[in-house]
Amino acid sequence: MKNPYIPFPMRIDNVVIETDDRDIKTFSLSFIHKEDEASFAYIPGQFAELSDFNKGEAPFGMASSPTQKGSLEFTIAKAGVVTTALHNREVGEIVGVRGPLGNGFPVDTLRGKNIVMIGGGFGFSTLRALTTFVLDEANRPTFGDITVIYGARNPGQLLYKDDLEQWGKRHDLNLYLTVDSRDDEWSGRVGLIPQITKEIAPSAENAYILVCGPPVMIKFTLPVTREIGFLPERTLLSLEMRMKCGVGMCGRCNIGSKYVCTDGPVFSCAQLSGLLFDES
Amino acid sequence: MKTKTIKKKDIASFLDTLLTRYEVFAPVERDERVVFEAIGAGSEATLDYQNTTMPPKGILFPQTEQLFSYRSTKDTADIAVPSFKEKPQLIFGIRPCDARSFLLFDHAFDGDPYYINRRGNTLLVSIGCTHPQAPCFCTSVGGGPFSEEGSDLLLIETGDQYLIQIVTDRGAQLLEESGFKDAGKDALTLAQKMIKTAEASMGAGIEIDGLKEKLDSSFENPIWQELTEKCLGCGVCTYLCPTCHCFDMVDEAEGSTGERIRIWDSCQFPLFTLQASGVNPRPTVKERFRQRIMHKFSYMIESYNQIGCVGCGRCITECPVNLDIRQVVHTISKLEALS
Ligand SMILES: Cc1cc2nc3c(=O)[nH]c(=O)nc-3n(C[C@H](O)[C@H](O)[C@H](O)COP(=O)(O)OP(=O)(O)OC[C@H]3O[C@@H](n4cnc5c(N)ncnc54)[C@H](O)[C@@H]3O)c2cc1C
Ligand code: SF4
Ligand code: FES
Repeated sequence: MKNPYIPFPMRIDNVVIETDDRDIKTFSLSFIHKEDEASFAYIPGQFAELSDFNKGEAPFGMASSPTQKGSLEFTIAKAGVVTTALHNREVGEIVGVRGPLGNGFPVDTLRGKNIVMIGGGFGFSTLRALTTFVLDEANRPTFGDITVIYGARNPGQLLYKDDLEQWGKRHDLNLYLTVDSRDDEWSGRVGLIPQITKEIAPSAENAYILVCGPPVMIKFTLPVTREIGFLPERTLLSLEMRMKCGVGMCGRCNIGSKYVCTDGPVFSCAQLSGLLFDES
Repeated sequence: MKTKTIKKKDIASFLDTLLTRYEVFAPVERDERVVFEAIGAGSEATLDYQNTTMPPKGILFPQTEQLFSYRSTKDTADIAVPSFKEKPQLIFGIRPCDARSFLLFDHAFDGDPYYINRRGNTLLVSIGCTHPQAPCFCTSVGGGPFSEEGSDLLLIETGDQYLIQIVTDRGAQLLEESGFKDAGKDALTLAQKMIKTAEASMGAGIEIDGLKEKLDSSFENPIWQELTEKCLGCGVCTYLCPTCHCFDMVDEAEGSTGERIRIWDSCQFPLFTLQASGVNPRPTVKERFRQRIMHKFSYMIESYNQIGCVGCGRCITECPVNLDIRQVVHTISKLEALS
């Protein structure tokens, strides 16, 4: 039996400081053992537990796409003990990785459909993974129209600036960026995600909509997606709960009878409406 | 079903024979309490006890346990997984409720090699309860003072001897070469009588029929606030619960080496679900207490088709503010539909 608690080592190859305040970094990790890479078959939307030995573990969504071979990327916001320790790591150092965990986005269901992605904060990291996946040359023809709506508090908080620039030039992707408050250089949209989504009003025809971000963003965006015609079955969320084991045993991340770590983190709104949790 | 008998005075020597092949855990007296411990001689065990304060769950799911040890420097990380104990073990004198609790653990720890290896290596010899206690309500949650579910052998006290019910093949093997006599008709009749008397002495317990549906539809009922007002959030009920399996994982480090250990945790603590963002999906005692009840009487039924409570009554006996799970559940089951 595979021991689900044992991390394997990965080397930090590159660190990108994503935001002006330096609180969010993207780590590119390479596999040290070939067999670890072989056993790490993942899809966008899944996550892994990262270990900074002596400090512990924390869960992070893969920000990279499985179409990128040899490495994994994680975008990590500094929030507490483990994330701070990881932020202090440098290129060449070793961290532990355990995964892939969780269900991920239903990639096969999404094929042939139009996809609308709405992201905010570091929640955008798994949507970045999905976008990269869909834009892969071999994959692109198998998906319909792709719309990405991505917002941040201010321009300095936008992640993946290189990607955003590349994506902005493409004709097979509709990219909408917005910030809550602009700075002198920003000439793009200003406004909160729910409001921008309402303005753009992407068509729900043959489409799925994916919403990833902080709870308040999700809360105010869902009424809008409903209004523009997306059914709960076709509205997907990625949820966050405090996690430890990541494999459905430590009993901490449940919503009703479902464990977010194994049954999720991706759920449709239809699934969630059947689960017991406090509406707020 | 095959049954044997053993004289009470022969228990110690039977345990001594078992000790040659097994590590044996049995109830022993310690500071006016009875606890399960690994014994060195059969004479240390006592079967004259009602139930232990702590369930024996720690024998299969230790309170703290090393998952692996590591040596980590900036550019290396070597991991060593502890080897599993080969010697088979046996829990002797476990109560039927506690033996049944491992059937729930079998679901909860499906895929957990630490638990599964130990479980496969452990036999359960239970002892039926001739004198159920006031807080016991096993019969109302699918068990009974003489339930053999989960046990390999079940002892039933009949005067100066025990009747031994052989439940599994593994249990039968324990008795090979023991020379114990088959139970005669008198012993069987007497055992039946003991069982009837014990079962009849038990209180009403919990009304299970329709409870899950009632709980599910009362999730947002304000009654939870009232029901949980007294709760201190101390977590005693969960630590002493034989079916509670939640744990935390932490690194204990000394320089460049350390261990990742898992340690019992409790859903009654606020930090249990506090997210790094500051959001807590179960911010008050109300949500946490409700989680405990829902997990046992709704979620586990949904996930494993089993009630997540074995009716041992420990949470009732040991709660510092006398919160009684039976009363809580009763109040909910009597609620009118929330309009
Ligand atoms: C499925 C999933 C995917 C995720 N993906 C990502 C991702 O892609 N990127 C990302 O950045 N995050 C992600 N997260 C969130 C991430 O897991 C958490 O931010 C992380 O677990 C925080 O761990 P930590 O050890 O740094 O924080 P902890 O140390 O556990 O801190 C928790 C909170 O307690 C506070 N705290 C810590 N220590 C103390 C102290 N001594 N005294 C008082 N307060 C204290 C911290 O400020 C923080 O608010 C994801 C979570 C899940 C469940
Ligand atoms: S033992 Fe009693 S007071 Fe303590 S957490 Fe449980 S119900 Fe609350
Ligand atoms: S993180 Fe342990 S059960 Fe989900």
